[in-house]
Amino acid sequence: MHIPDGYLSPQTYIPLFGVSVAAWSIALKKVKAELSSKQVPYMAMAAAFSFLIQMFNIPIPGGTTGHAVGAGIIAILLGPWTAVIAVSVVLIIQAIVFGDGGITAIGANCFNMAIVMPFVSYWTFKLLKGRAESGLRANIAAFFSGYMGLSIAAVVTAFEFGIQPIIAQGPDGRALYAPYPLSIALPAMAIEHMALFSIVEGAVTVMLLKYFLKNEHDLVYAIKKG
Amino acid sequence: MAMTGFQKKLMIGLFIMALLSPLGIVLPEKFHSEDAWGEWGLDKIGKMLGYVPAGMKKISDLWKAPVPDYNFGGEGASLTTQIISYIASGILGIAVIGAIVYVLSRFLIKNRHGNEP
Repeated sequence: MHIPDGYLSPQTYIPLFGVSVAAWSIALKKVKAELSSKQVPYMAMAAAFSFLIQMFNIPIPGGTTGHAVGAGIIAILLGPWTAVIAVSVVLIIQAIVFGDGGITAIGANCFNMAIVMPFVSYWTFKLLKGRAESGLRANIAAFFSGYMGLSIAAVVTAFEFGIQPIIAQGPDGRALYAPYPLSIALPAMAIEHMALFSIVEGAVTVMLLKYFLKNEHDLVYAIKKG
Repeated sequence: MAMTGFQKKLMIGLFIMALLSPLGIVLPEKFHSEDAWGEWGLDKIGKMLGYVPAGMKKISDLWKAPVPDYNFGGEGASLTTQIISYIASGILGIAVIGAIVYVLSRFLIKNRHGNEP
């Protein structure tokens, strides 16, 4: 889901940079106001976890690959604004050091995976868990938190790809950037994620939430905050 | 900074993940899976479309990453080199990212206390 350089037109990646910068400045203020010393090592490890889980490319036999992101479980454990910072640092380092995701697409990739995803995951979890603090209901909420977070992020990414041939054409009518229209990009990205990658994201979210509830119950932000 | 037993366990878990990370390149190879959707290189997109979009051609090589594709061996590196590179990239990545997030969050907290009466 890491958009490379050259796939998005400037009229797409520049506004998305603006949105991400605005979100970062809010996130920094929120984290500054709310973060406790106890959360600091967890925040660093959460970012490291997101980086590593993204290295596990999951194959669709004879097809494409994809991966989980971990933004949902980070939002549940440490809060969505903390997840914005942690996952953004991951995506920026991936782009600069490893060429995974474009430099021009840093704003877009952060918007998709470090802003849309943690908030969708967080609110899905809150909505579905109701008053449950553990048990089956919390586990179902955690699964769909990861599942919906990654799926919506994939759909938003597909939308960014799919509008390119409409908004950026050369004089010959050919696409200047990502060439596939919404009618191809949306189903391709939505189906592969909803059928496989998001299930993995959901499963990872459930397992880690259970592990934290057992060992560090009081840390869990989404439960602490009611 | 003293870590709790639970935090040490998590750290060990992260290192185990880094060691297992080559599954993320070996399995796709085994199952003949290709790039992620929308992350094709210029060669591949040229083959798929019959042309390379002009704007894409212009900015696709804007940035030369020091470790492209988590691979120190360059294009055509053996699978063994790729696997070792992948583990090394994982450890390098978590060290850099962990340090940045740790220092950033410490800095934010310190600044807040500095402003408190």
